[in-house]
Formats: sequence, structure tokens, C-alpha cells
Amino acid sequence: MTQRTLTGFRRENGTVGIRNHTVILPVDDLSNAAAEAVAKLVPGTLALPHAYGRLQFGADLDLTFRTLAGNAANPNVASAVVIGIEPNWTERLVAGIAKTGKKVQGFAIERHGDLRTIEAAARLAAKFLQEDSERRRVPVERREILLSLKCGESDTTSGLGSCPTTSQAVDRWVDEGGTVLFGETSELTGGEHLIAARCASDAVRQKFQDIYDSYMAMIARAGVDLLGSQPTQGNIRGGLSTIEEKAMGNIAKTGTKPVVGALEAAEPPVSGPGLYFMDTSSAAAECITLMAAAGAVLHLFPTGQGNVIGHPIEPVVKLTANPLTARTMAEHIDLDCSGLLAREYDLAEAGDQLMDICDRTINGRLTCAEVIGHREFALTRLYQSA
Amino acid sequence: MPPAPERPGFLAHREGDLVGVAVRDLGPGPVRGSYLTGEDTISLTLTEPVPLGHKVALTDIAAGQDVIEYGQRVAIASKDIRRGEHVHVHNVRSARL
Repeated sequence: MTQRTLTGFRRENGTVGIRNHTVILPVDDLSNAAAEAVAKLVPGTLALPHAYGRLQFGADLDLTFRTLAGNAANPNVASAVVIGIEPNWTERLVAGIAKTGKKVQGFAIERHGDLRTIEAAARLAAKFLQEDSERRRVPVERREILLSLKCGESDTTSGLGSCPTTSQAVDRWVDEGGTVLFGETSELTGGEHLIAARCASDAVRQKFQDIYDSYMAMIARAGVDLLGSQPTQGNIRGGLSTIEEKAMGNIAKTGTKPVVGALEAAEPPVSGPGLYFMDTSSAAAECITLMAAAGAVLHLFPTGQGNVIGHPIEPVVKLTANPLTARTMAEHIDLDCSGLLAREYDLAEAGDQLMDICDRTINGRLTCAEVIGHREFALTRLYQSA
Repeated sequence: MPPAPERPGFLAHREGDLVGVAVRDLGPGPVRGSYLTGEDTISLTLTEPVPLGHKVALTDIAAGQDVIEYGQRVAIASKDIRRGEHVHVHNVRSARL
């Protein structure tokens, strides 16, 4: 395969992005209208509306702040305008983003009203967007591109085709000194012992096991038996017989490298390169939003039946080995690797094809989700608001 | 790569797996399959239809024996399973339940 030069945007703190967004970030649901109005007045900026941010407390509030600040601090973002209903939490978010050295400023709606806030924020957003438009791509190394993984709408073609193809990219990324995140705590059930066995040290293994046990305890407290509902009726119709078999398909995408760290939700991987587990929901938009908050700039999404997910900050590359999905949902599928199941090519060649799509996406090719406007942005809640 | 082999009817993940996965709808009768990696082929006679995405036994599996796929136990046989039979919830169960 031809080795092509990778290019990206090097940020003030040295991290590398593959997109160059000027973001308008609402602190809370009340500020969505103003943030979206600013993005409408200044086309080319990107608003990130979401449903929460009021009367949260404790660990749940911390996670919301970490997720919002992390997404605005993501290397795919050039600068950020923050809008909140009141100044305290607005400034707290601004401070979290400013640590990266990025340009960021906050606006509070109270004592000004939406319209004056929109005008002031739009004037700054216009200035930021114009300045950001002069930022240039520079040559970067693969190891500087933080990759993340999650699969969805899986079927048996995921375990045979799109997940093993993804694992090829994961192993090559790590071999080049890169860092890769995987998550989906719930979907590991039945195969969690295999992840535990791959942990690079006893300390990492203990952290992983604690996260997993805490998830199982949470499910038990809710009084439900997820084991009894897995695999789902749809999975069974597709040929999956047990929860262990379903987990194998999921784990197949993580490659063969040791797990060098176990992260809390939205926690950046700072203890060196390699493959990290992150505690995330298995709901696609929540999972990717948490990974983007940790700084991931490119996402690989193997799918079977055809999940249509995209993300506003982190481009999502989707691949499928299901020929029916590839044919009927072509506008969503960046890589059709169904030829693998027909033995038209082998796994290494499917891996080459995926690396080619990754490299072109890093260099600016728009993903299918970006082209058709899929921008799912979802916050993970730990418990209800006060 | 060598010349393209004939399109397989089923694929197994790893050498040593006791089941393969149908990559198209298969009827009863002879069928050839292969491994996801490697050139070895497997010939089987299916005793019943196996739909796309469903598993077929590559060997006899006794009731109570581990069912190996991905090189790992993914289920336990709940009945005696003959080579060439459809393998699913009617003849295997989770080890977790």
C-alpha cells in the first residue's frame, strides 16, 4: 500500500485534529436557542445543542462538565464560544476549555436576554471563524491521531467481517505508536474475562474489573436481568445464540494488543500510547460523545444491520460486511468489506482498504455521516437531576 | 494472492472452531467452507437448512461439551449435535445462565 502523508491541525497544546470547527457550545438546555441562532447568523460555525445542564449535582454534574468541556477542547475544534443562562457555570466551562490554550469566551444570558447575547456572541463567533479559516494543515504522524471504536446494529457479519477488519486498523495504529479507545462496558458481558486477561498490568486489570463489577451492580440495583434479555430476539433471528457469542463479535474489533489503561467515562488517555478501555454506555451517540470528550478525533464504526450514526466533533467512518446493508444503505457506508465473506480478498487486504479510508478521512475526505449531516451529540447521565 | 477460490458457503473464525457461520442461505446437502484466515477448505454435508448468519456444526458435539467459536467457548451443547447440523438456541445454551 502506498504510504501517504497525513495532515492535520496542530493545536496550541500540541495535540492534532483532523477537522477545524468553530464551536458554539450551550452550557444548558436553556441556551440551545441562542447557540443555534448564533450558528445560523454565522454559517460555518457548529452549534452543539443538548438536553441537560440544569440542577445536576455530584458525579453526574462532573461528567456533564467533563463531556461538554472535553468536546469543545477536542483537537478537531479550533475555537469555542460558550453560552449559558448564568455566568458561574458558563465561566467554569470556559476555564475547562481554556486549559488547552484554545481561544474561548463565554456569554451569560441573564441580565442581557437572548437577543443581546446572540448579537455579542455572533460578533465574536464571526471573528473566530475568520481567524480559524486561516489555520493550515501540517504534516502529522499517525501516532498523533487518537482513534476510537464502537460497533452497532451488529449481526454475525460483524463478527466475521467488519469487526476483524477494524481490528486490523487497531493493531496497525498501535504498532505505529498510536492510541486507540474502545468501550461498551455492557457489551463485554460474556467476554469480560478475555479483556481482563489482556490487561497489561495487575493495576489496569483491577481498575477494569472494578468498572465492570460496578456496572453489573448498577444493573442489579435497577432490578433487571440483562443477561436474560441477551442476545435480543433480533440477534437470535440473525443467528447469535448466546451472550458470550455476541461479546466475541464485539471484542473481535479490539485487535490483539494489550490493554494499557482502563479509563473513566470521558477521561483522556494520558499514560502513554496503546489500546485503552473506557467505561461507556453501548448507546452509539453517548459512547462516541464520551470518546470525543477524551480527545478522540477519528472513530471507526463497524455495523451489521446498518446504524446511521455520525458525530458533530469526531468524524465517524462506518464499515459493513453485510452485502444487503452495503447495497440498501450505501449513503451511510464508508467501506463495504462484504467481499471478505465471499473470499474475494483476505483480511489483510480488507485492513489495507480501511487504512486507505482512514488516511483519506484524516486528510479531509468527508465521511458519509458528515456528508448527509448526521451529528448525534448525546450526554451520558449517571442519575436524575435534583 | 492466489487465484480467487470458489465462494464459500460458510466461514469459520479460527482453526479448531467446532462451528462455522453460513455466509449465504444454505440448503441440505454438500457444501464447502473455509477459515477466515488461511487457505484450508472444509467439506460438509448439511442435514438441514442453515440460514445466512447461522452456525453449522463442523464436527459431532456431545451434550454438555463446550462449543468453540473464535477459538473460545461461546456456548455449551444442550443436546448431542451431529456434524452438518444447524447449531442454535435449540441445541446450545449460554454458560452464563
